[in-house]
Amino acid sequence: MRYEDILHRCFRCGFCKLTDDYEDFNCPPHKKYRLESFSPGGRMWLTRAWLQGDVQMSERFQQILYSCTLCANCVKHCIFPFNEDLVNIFIAAREAVVEAGMLPPAVRDYFKAIDTYGNPYKEPSAKRGDWALGLPVPIYDGHDYLLYIGCVGSYDERGQKIAQAVASLLHKMSISFGILGQDENCDGNEVKAMGETWLFESLAQKNSEIFRAKNIKKIITIDPHAYNAFAKDYRNFGAEFEVYHYTQLLAQNIDKLVPLLKPLTATVTYHDPCYLGRHNSIDEEPRNILTILPGINFVEMAANRHNALCCGGGGGNFFSDILGTGKESAARLRIRQAQDTGAQIIAVACPQCAKMLTDAIKAADLEESLEAADIAELVLRSMKA
Amino acid sequence: MDIYEEICKITGKDYVSREKEDQYIYSRDSGAQPPRSVDYVVMPGTVEEVQRILMLAHKERIPVTPLGGGFTLSALVVPQKGGIVLDMKRMDKIIEVNELSRYALIEAGVSQAALRAYLKNHHPRLQHSTPEAPPTVTVVGNALIQGHGHLTPRYGLNSDMVNGMEIVLPTGEICKLGSSAVSDLWYTRGPIPDLPGLFIGWLGTTGVVTKLSLKLYPRPNYREVLVFSSDDIDAIPEVIFELTQLDLLEDFFLITQEKPDWMNHIFYVVILSAHFEEELALKMRIYSDVAKKIGNGKTIQIVENLHPALRTRFLDVPPKAAVAADFRKGGGFQYSAAILSFDKVPLAWRKGIEIAHAHGMIASYVHQILTCHSIMFGFNYSFNRGDEADIEAARQAVEESNRFTLDIGGMIWKGEAAAQKLVMEKMDPNTAGLIGKIKKTLDPHGIMNPGNWEVPQ
Repeated sequence: MRYEDILHRCFRCGFCKLTDDYEDFNCPPHKKYRLESFSPGGRMWLTRAWLQGDVQMSERFQQILYSCTLCANCVKHCIFPFNEDLVNIFIAAREAVVEAGMLPPAVRDYFKAIDTYGNPYKEPSAKRGDWALGLPVPIYDGHDYLLYIGCVGSYDERGQKIAQAVASLLHKMSISFGILGQDENCDGNEVKAMGETWLFESLAQKNSEIFRAKNIKKIITIDPHAYNAFAKDYRNFGAEFEVYHYTQLLAQNIDKLVPLLKPLTATVTYHDPCYLGRHNSIDEEPRNILTILPGINFVEMAANRHNALCCGGGGGNFFSDILGTGKESAARLRIRQAQDTGAQIIAVACPQCAKMLTDAIKAADLEESLEAADIAELVLRSMKA
Repeated sequence: MDIYEEICKITGKDYVSREKEDQYIYSRDSGAQPPRSVDYVVMPGTVEEVQRILMLAHKERIPVTPLGGGFTLSALVVPQKGGIVLDMKRMDKIIEVNELSRYALIEAGVSQAALRAYLKNHHPRLQHSTPEAPPTVTVVGNALIQGHGHLTPRYGLNSDMVNGMEIVLPTGEICKLGSSAVSDLWYTRGPIPDLPGLFIGWLGTTGVVTKLSLKLYPRPNYREVLVFSSDDIDAIPEVIFELTQLDLLEDFFLITQEKPDWMNHIFYVVILSAHFEEELALKMRIYSDVAKKIGNGKTIQIVENLHPALRTRFLDVPPKAAVAADFRKGGGFQYSAAILSFDKVPLAWRKGIEIAHAHGMIASYVHQILTCHSIMFGFNYSFNRGDEADIEAARQAVEESNRFTLDIGGMIWKGEAAAQKLVMEKMDPNTAGLIGKIKKTLDPHGIMNPGNWEVPQ
């Protein structure tokens, strides 16, 4: 296994579970289960034990490995020199599980759906661009930007609304863009996160070839997960393009945006998506957009930026649901943190976070007092106010 | 009777595990002690759940090991005879902070991090004595093992800061100790018979502490560090005496490490704190002046231009001391913690180096001054958890250090099972007998963390 030589170096001291100021535990599976086995150190020790034959593969071990959301809180807070490798270690452990053919059923089904249908929803590729029907969204044909939607934005009802909002905004701002429609494929970020390296490489290869063939030089993503894969992994497949999360592009064009905005009255807080914040240090752009919305009272949660609590959907959990729901789930805890600020809206910049937090609000029966809205939706709402 | 099902009825299935993976993690710690078996990991949420678990364990004669942060490094909370590990971390409420009388009433699972953050946010003028351990360790666990913290030189051991407790006896009775036994207030430990002493230092062998009232102290606005260096081992007792004679310091510890070369000196680290800038400046000046007078100014020298990273490391509360344990890059660390009188330090200093070298290690020390009467002298051994021979070497080094400590009249703090055995063998037989009688009275079936403080037959 990759990184096997450093597994023994973890002391299980627990700094990795905390925030900067030690305000709270911040590791989603540990917060839910509370057992040390579900902490980053527990995973390190158990992975080593598994490789050495001291524990056997089991449903429990799969749960411990795959309930990790790869949120990178441990990367930011572990005090040892190997901290940068922690998420990579957990991905490598999953790769070893894949190689050993011992996948949890939910993960196996996810890979199978991606391999067969090109998306986890088992929907035909022909429907991938249906979210854009009726909108002024052209198929990419030499535009300045490719707007890459991803699986959640393409097929999930909540995600589609965000895709529509982003596309509408870009159109209103006269930004030249197009989509791939039915030619778009899964970006593979979660495939890699769940340990299927071969499948990820074939997706990255295929996508990179399409981008090259269409001479795509600039990509906008709506999903930070796709942003992460494109920005960090696709270079290895010869891809040569600039990639932007849509909030970066909006922030760059704030001057164009401001005249179009009208007052909204709401107290808003912001949830940092892990793949935007901790993984890629895009912290300020989303805030810069929110704070220019007229009438908005912007408040921070105590756990913000690289101390933000993950929504619980990362590392493939959005699809596998291995971390699971319940009162102690990360999404439920996160909306409680948002409520503590007095916010009526928890803004996000990720369709996966939006869905996770929307579902948590419903489960907690808080729809009357709290709403999870994507930044694009809020900006559009401001334009229409 | 299906024990697992019975425990599930008490806490709910989510908080009971007999899974191999959880057993594995709770059967060992980062120290050098060999793993031991665990049958159930249980996370109670209330004192009533603790009570019902102990009543079940008492009836069925199941060993119970209460666990806080699990970071003693000497496997004190790894069961020696299997049974239940009672992981207290779900009981994590800070119930009350009485600002005027300066105490916090907390549950057993509250971490050092949580209390520190809570005080910072809600009572910024107060602080608690925070140990040089990772912030995930529990406040109660540290107090119960007679731990020390960054205020110890000024105010005493953290166990001395206990005002009272709520405890569950092995037979299921819930008792309140200290002023809470006669009123709703938790502000003082006496003046009644000192029952908290039946649960402090007993390593969980007499009952389970579920709540604890801890003394809080003023939090000064200003802190600074002064570091002195020396190579004169024989002068250490005199230097400690002179620097503690002033009664002005907040924290005081000694460190050294053979590698890199610049660390291979005796460093005296003095933390000063003050409510006013002028007060801090005065204290800094006084300590500098005193240092110049020790041995006519030739014994210790002030370290000018202290590296900013070191300054941060010394002033951080809690410090990131675990980083120092990583210098072998092996993920393993145990230390033999000797409580010594100051006059024994030169002897121990030389012996520790000798033991480390004999086991192929370089010497590395952190010694904490405990008030102005004794020192926690740490014989530190980092080891590679991936190398069985290295683990065994650390184990032997710890044992040799323990024997040496007892030979020179020292005491062993939070010693592993073998160290406790050495202490009990050396103990006055009547005292050992008293310990046995107390344990038998409180825990007639011997279910509480058995194997610890065993009285020799």
